[in-house]
Amino acid sequence: MSQASSPTHQRTFTQRLRKNYIGWLFIILSVLGISLFYFYPMVQAFLLSLQSGMGSTLEYVGFDNYVRLFNDPTFITALTNTILYLLVQVPLMIVLALVFSVLLNDPTLKFKGFFRTAIFLPAVTSLVAYAVIFKYLFGNDGLVNDFLLSMNIISSPIAWLSDPFWAKITIILAITWRWTGYNMIFYLSALQNVDKSMYEAAKIDGASAMQQFFFITIPLLKPIILFTSIVSTIGTLQLFDEVMNITSGGPGNSTMTISMYIYNLSFEYTPDFGYAATVSYVVLILVVILSFIQFRVAGDRD
Amino acid sequence: MKKLKRVFTYLFLSVAAIVSIFPFLWMLVSMTNKSVDVTAGRLIPGTHFIENLKNLLDQTQIGIALWNSFVIAIITTVLTLLIGSLAGYGFEIFRSKGKDIVFNILVLSMMIPFAAIMIPLYRLFGRISADAPLIGLDTLAAAFLPTIITAFFIFFFRQNTKMFARELVEAGRIDGLSEWGIFFRIYMPTMKTTYAAAAIIAFMNSWNNYLWPLVVLQSPNKQTIPLLISNLGAGYTPDYGVIMTAIVIATLPTALVFFLMQRHFVAGMMGSVKG
Repeated sequence: MSQASSPTHQRTFTQRLRKNYIGWLFIILSVLGISLFYFYPMVQAFLLSLQSGMGSTLEYVGFDNYVRLFNDPTFITALTNTILYLLVQVPLMIVLALVFSVLLNDPTLKFKGFFRTAIFLPAVTSLVAYAVIFKYLFGNDGLVNDFLLSMNIISSPIAWLSDPFWAKITIILAITWRWTGYNMIFYLSALQNVDKSMYEAAKIDGASAMQQFFFITIPLLKPIILFTSIVSTIGTLQLFDEVMNITSGGPGNSTMTISMYIYNLSFEYTPDFGYAATVSYVVLILVVILSFIQFRVAGDRD
Repeated sequence: MKKLKRVFTYLFLSVAAIVSIFPFLWMLVSMTNKSVDVTAGRLIPGTHFIENLKNLLDQTQIGIALWNSFVIAIITTVLTLLIGSLAGYGFEIFRSKGKDIVFNILVLSMMIPFAAIMIPLYRLFGRISADAPLIGLDTLAAAFLPTIITAFFIFFFRQNTKMFARELVEAGRIDGLSEWGIFFRIYMPTMKTTYAAAAIIAFMNSWNNYLWPLVVLQSPNKQTIPLLISNLGAGYTPDYGVIMTAIVIATLPTALVFFLMQRHFVAGMMGSVKG
């Protein structure tokens, strides 16, 4: 209290207060924006999920919508498909990206720049654009079938888009094509920071290339692998653009994802915003749970 | 043995490169061919490009869609960078306990999947449509407003601000610059590379955004490029030559950004994980 009378001290104190206040001005727009466009809708979605009805006539029904989820075959299909994409596609892509990055990190390799750019190139396409291209490439008389037939790998065309099993494969191949190079770039730049002497020491100790990969490369890249797998998991849980434009969720609902089901519930079928919001909360809960598990399993605990 | 492994490596990488590039080559070649030739699997360039381009301009509103996409992408990029960098700078330079708590709460919003907030957002814009028709449903503003403020860019700029020399802030204060002056006259010019990297990400995200514009933009003259391509692709009697021309046009801006600014591009991707 007595220090407050000291003029210099008071000046620095008010200066600090003033600076703190200006600091809030720098961030206020973002705080308002994120509250309005993320947190407020989040609360609204929860309130909506407790209501039911068509269009704008909604009434509170408690947790009925959540019960409905368990008896909704389309939801169960969409959920199973989404998890299937997640379990097959994310590991496949991460392993492929790791292999590419390790091969491209070899300093004696020629045409490295070409390979790197080529494999990364799919990441610059818009999701809709490449989805439409894939739809045509994988058509019944599309180039993929033409190629496989001419190489005698298959004897009759594969129904890439109209068979429930192959349609899922097509979606997985498409996403893998689009995102492998993108993930590879993260691993490549992480590898460039790795101390080369570690590999030399390992070589002297007689470690094979395989052993080096599993006992040096993988542990060193763990943080970045964790980061990319969380990003990919969140992305896959929200999968929409590709499915919408390659198969529209078909045949039947065999490639339907949760995001697409939410879209259909709100804008394609008779709008049922309450139930759609309920389904959307499932996505949120899945994102939170899966990110948490990944942190726990792979993350450093420090 | 070692040689064999080498050969296998090159073979493997070559196959990967061909698979990665082939769809690009195919769309470039198909852009110059007639629809029937594309379906027949023709893989050599033809002479039909001008015809395809003319049909595209006549049959679709690609001009308007390009304009809409550019307007949305440019406004989004400018506002995203401005608001995101202000906040990133604010959180790092004027660090305080309270702000750190707020920051951690904002970062949580990165976990919120878009699908989970899409319906309330749609209803929000629906409600304001009557009072504020300029930013209501079916306006370009509605298509970019919810996308300009994201925790990702705040996080991105905060991470990069850690490398900004604080002495410059002190020097600015001694020179009598206001805190805003320091931000606009010292911080912004020194952080050009960070802005370039962020601009690339923001532009690409906006240019390629599909789901939200699909939800809010209904009239044909409000269509963006991804909506136009999606509609063309879903047509019952697609003209492949025309569609491929549209896809090439849609891919051109992002591909150009990538080839011209490759260094910033990668820096932008990495900027999101640093720290």
